Amino acid sequence: MKTLRQFVWGILILVFAASLMAGLLAPAPYGQQFRDSTNAGPSRRFPLGTDELGRDRLSRLLYGSRVSLLLAPAAALLSTFIAALIGGLAGYLGGWWERLIMRFIDLSLSLPWLFLLLTVRALLPLNVSPVASVSITFALLGLLGWAGPARVVRSGVRSLTSSGFVLQAKACGCRGSRLLVMQVLPNLKPILQAQFWISVPVFILAEANLGLLGLGVSEPLPSWGNLLRGLENYGAVRSNPWTLAPVLLLVIVMGSLHLVFPGEDYYS
Amino acid sequence: MRLEYGDGIRDAITRCRVAWPLDGCCGGKIRCLTQAAAEVGRQEFREDLLFLSIGWLKPTAGCLRRMGSRLANRHGVIRDKASGMWIHRAARHTATILITVLLGGLLGATLLRFAPGFGVDEQELDTRLSGATIQALRDSHAAERNVLVFYARYLSGLLRGDLGVSRSLQRPISELLSQRIPVTLRLVAFGLLAGWLLGLALALPGAISGKPAHDILPGFLSGALLSLPSALVAVLFVLIGGPGPLAIALVIAPKVYRYSRNLLAQTSAMPHVLAARAKGLSRLRILLWHVLPIAAPQIIALAGVSVSIAFGASIPIEVICDFPGIGQLAWQAALARDMPLLVNLTVLVTVVTLVANSASDLAVSPSSGRQ
Repeated sequence: MKTLRQFVWGILILVFAASLMAGLLAPAPYGQQFRDSTNAGPSRRFPLGTDELGRDRLSRLLYGSRVSLLLAPAAALLSTFIAALIGGLAGYLGGWWERLIMRFIDLSLSLPWLFLLLTVRALLPLNVSPVASVSITFALLGLLGWAGPARVVRSGVRSLTSSGFVLQAKACGCRGSRLLVMQVLPNLKPILQAQFWISVPVFILAEANLGLLGLGVSEPLPSWGNLLRGLENYGAVRSNPWTLAPVLLLVIVMGSLHLVFPGEDYYS
Repeated sequence: MRLEYGDGIRDAITRCRVAWPLDGCCGGKIRCLTQAAAEVGRQEFREDLLFLSIGWLKPTAGCLRRMGSRLANRHGVIRDKASGMWIHRAARHTATILITVLLGGLLGATLLRFAPGFGVDEQELDTRLSGATIQALRDSHAAERNVLVFYARYLSGLLRGDLGVSRSLQRPISELLSQRIPVTLRLVAFGLLAGWLLGLALALPGAISGKPAHDILPGFLSGALLSLPSALVAVLFVLIGGPGPLAIALVIAPKVYRYSRNLLAQTSAMPHVLAARAKGLSRLRILLWHVLPIAAPQIIALAGVSVSIAFGASIPIEVICDFPGIGQLAWQAALARDMPLLVNLTVLVTVVTLVANSASDLAVSPSSGRQ
């Protein structure tokens, strides 16, 4: 099992490094159109062929991986931060505040995740620049994905505040924000880290779902979501199986993440 | 109380107390007590011993029911306590649903109120209208600018069955919903049924045999399916020409498999299961009599959550497989920025999700053995 985990870590690091070095590794810029080579098959010039606009598929896959693999963790960081803030306050304050915040968390969790994403996404402009669409998509994921982790954080804070060392700190006169910052937060780190890593694959899948529905990152900027949208040209996929490369990469990365960070999927 | 403490009973109770400390599993303690009572032998002693144990275990309604209806009927107070608890829980769930829906509705009304284009009347674009007429049209929408007034009107409309009009399709939302809901319900019901059957079918062989080798293929399959977004599952189904409704089942099945497999593995490691195994009971009997009754409440709890997952998955699957249900309607509304329709759909699915969660919770509580 340990060897398997090391192998999986190796794959994740390799994919992440390749996406970070997309500028060096990609044969062409992601938006460059080779008009003379539309829908070309794999060749030495285009290892994964080209799409219907003549854009190199490998380059788009590398740049798309960078968008998804950098911004999903960013969104996870945002949601974990909000969860730490709200869940931490609920657990620390206790009493009525805790009940009120918990009801708010319950309300957020009872709203269907994808319906809520669609509703809030529709509130925002749809015809925006690619960079704005990336920001909107991942900011939305981060802002709406805090409720599940917040519940876990609140439980963690509750158990920490009733633990022996916090009681001892209180008995020594440590109170308020000092108690929170010096005693509770450092011990909350493992919970926050776990919630962060659980959120990353959830957000990658959510972006892919939104992209396939045409509500994610706008073209020409590639992401896994809009690369997968190319599969909706069913006839082309059957005759050009190499167009399934993004699916393969997504399965490898997601499978690796699930193996390395198994956890509860709140949203799906 | 007819029971006279003989040495046999005292010994049995002492053994139970040692084997099952007070913070242990209530169901397990009852099973152990029943075993001890069987050792004592006589039926009336057995019932009295169980009744005595009520004070010691402080069992829940579910435990009492498991002890047997005869015992519960003999002590009507206990039965009243159990039914009273259930009614109390049902009332609390109903109140929670109502409050959540009202708050969700307020959130929805606020979203509608601040959505782009709110309060703009198409008639204002008519160049033949004078400035005074346009102003009169604007004034007619002025009251709606207050969110609370708008929400009150929205709620009163809701009570009359008037959900408003879809901006993009120019049709009453209630009419659209009545046409689309049956399609989604059929799709989701089929997906849930098939997904649960598949998930449990994958989980049970490993649980019965206890051999890790039996989990390799199901584990790999569930891992692969969990790695795919539901929209991609639908695309792959269209590519291979598979039946669309099965796509929802393939979204549900890996979650059911993972959850139930972990739960069954945890339950299989409990002391009473080990004891049953040591006594030489068959694996199937252990699963049916000693593992499933303990794991069932938590598995049922997942049923409520899976309804929410199925409705979420219905959006991309209906869009890609072209099923005219509420998922497809939500997608069309999102692309057209039809906020009244989207908000109503979100509130509707929220209600369905809450009802499903509450129903599974109520189904679980009498048999869970926990309060």
